[in-house]
Amino acid sequence: MSAVDATVASRPNRIALRRNLGRLFLALCMAATGLALVILFVLLFSVGADGFGRVSFDFLNSYASRFADQAGIKHALYGTLWLMGFTALFSIPMGFGAAIYLEEFAPRNWLTKAIETNINNLAGVPSIIYGLLGLTIFVRYMDLGRSVLSGSLMMSLLVLPIIIVASREGLRTVPPSIREASLGLGATPWQTVRFQVLPPALPMMMTGVILALSRAIGETAPLITIGALLFVPFTPDGPLSQFTVLPIQIFNWIQRPQPAFAEDAAAGIIVLLALLLSMNAVAIGLRNYFERRRKW
Amino acid sequence: MSVAAGTVKNGTTLQMRAKRRSLRRVREAPIHAFLFLCAALSILTTAGIVFVLFEETFNFFKEVSLTEFLGGTVWTPTFSQKSFGVLPLFNATIMMALTAMIVAVPLGLLVAIYLSEYAPNGVRQVVKPVLEILAGIPTVVYGYFALHFIAPEMLRPLGQETSFSAASASLAMAIMILPLVSSLSEDAMRAVPQSLREGAYGLGANKFEVATRVVLPGALSGIVAACILATSRAVGETMIVTIAAGGQPNLSWNPLEGMQALTGYIVQVSLGDTEQGGIEYSSIYAVGMLLFLTTLVMNIFAQWFLSRFREEYD
Repeated sequence: MSAVDATVASRPNRIALRRNLGRLFLALCMAATGLALVILFVLLFSVGADGFGRVSFDFLNSYASRFADQAGIKHALYGTLWLMGFTALFSIPMGFGAAIYLEEFAPRNWLTKAIETNINNLAGVPSIIYGLLGLTIFVRYMDLGRSVLSGSLMMSLLVLPIIIVASREGLRTVPPSIREASLGLGATPWQTVRFQVLPPALPMMMTGVILALSRAIGETAPLITIGALLFVPFTPDGPLSQFTVLPIQIFNWIQRPQPAFAEDAAAGIIVLLALLLSMNAVAIGLRNYFERRRKW
Repeated sequence: MSVAAGTVKNGTTLQMRAKRRSLRRVREAPIHAFLFLCAALSILTTAGIVFVLFEETFNFFKEVSLTEFLGGTVWTPTFSQKSFGVLPLFNATIMMALTAMIVAVPLGLLVAIYLSEYAPNGVRQVVKPVLEILAGIPTVVYGYFALHFIAPEMLRPLGQETSFSAASASLAMAIMILPLVSSLSEDAMRAVPQSLREGAYGLGANKFEVATRVVLPGALSGIVAACILATSRAVGETMIVTIAAGGQPNLSWNPLEGMQALTGYIVQVSLGDTEQGGIEYSSIYAVGMLLFLTTLVMNIFAQWFLSRFREEYD
């Protein structure tokens, strides 16, 4: 009797407790989300404040220098452009080819399964390991030197898994009925892919490419490993030229003890982030534009 | 005449058509071969990685015994008295990765629960991509942030003495992997069917209880896999630990001291002009091998866990 009375009496209390626990938890969740956003803001703001004073046309248009106030990133920007150009040249056909094969042509057998598992695992390999691969295969065995070509071949292998995964997603958005109609009209498998599947899938595939390249632009460690130079007072003049890239130049400045070079590093970071954000904006815009235009 | 000619003509056309069709298929063979080669390149890449690491690691172990490498506590490859005990580097890598996870996992899970269970659709659609910006920021930027903000502003007051510390690297890594944890966990939570939530509400549970006792366990395999992948990312992370943790091998559990990670050592040697063929050169491959195997085991474990413990709905 009395036990039941006690339970009944404590019930409103318990409900209130549970409700308060719930409120506390929600507050905690919101605080965590808020904190994450604040961290992002602090990160961008503190770097921006450090480097804002140094960003100017002269900064973009000068070479590396021993004097912090005369140093610039022209050589690094050119190096980044060269590297990205060649990386795109190698990785786009390879990545699209692999995605088309796996999505449209591959038979369902152990080899296909092995390739798919393998691509998943490659995506998880630390980038510096790719640096060791590039150092051995491209710099030493193929004797390409510490050049733009070595760097971009290595970088292509590094971003290939990203491009393949994104391109397959793009290909999968094209409904099977389109393929069947095309095959039914007598088109060959390749004609079907070339004229019916690729055109609508291409925007999403390009989005994947842009995201992969924006990852490649920020990569530093594997390029240091293959021996991209820390101090290069010239712009590359060909695929076999030595080079440096923006993040390596930033790393070089970070490592110097003088505070003036830290400012240069922060300014370099602003340029790098601006480059990245605009690439991402293009990717998102492209995706939204074509998603709205899709007919099915 | 004309009829007969017609049949002949028709016959040849049919034959020609069949021929042309098979010709088209033959002509497509090189295209198919090219596409297959592109896909097979990934196998070649893996084979290349394994081969490259094995070759130089083999050279390394001709001069250094496996027990010295894995059991030794002193790492001084550049001194005249060379010693190749990898434990200081390995310990630093694992410690920094785990510290980063201790910060990133609770925070990331709370964010994921908020976005998946509480946040209005509009908030989620803005917050999620904004947080994913964090994952896209290059790691040198985090290195700069750790060295010029986290260390002097946050850790100096706590007793960090030099400008380098494992803790500043860990915190920067925690920020970097936070969106990885939160995004992947949120995806897993949203995959838990609505009917389970409604069932729990029907039994009188409130939102907090549904989130922590229904959704969280239901999404556990995805969450654990996300955490393992994030740890593996932290283990392989290079620039943050190189910039923020310093270049001094140091077997210590004090996160406020500087220490060198596996990846940091590879960068340090790459920056110098090390001649190929020396023991110092092959040591970066041995360290790389250890790093590769560590992350590989983690990634495979994550995939296995995901497939083994996946809750199948519908």
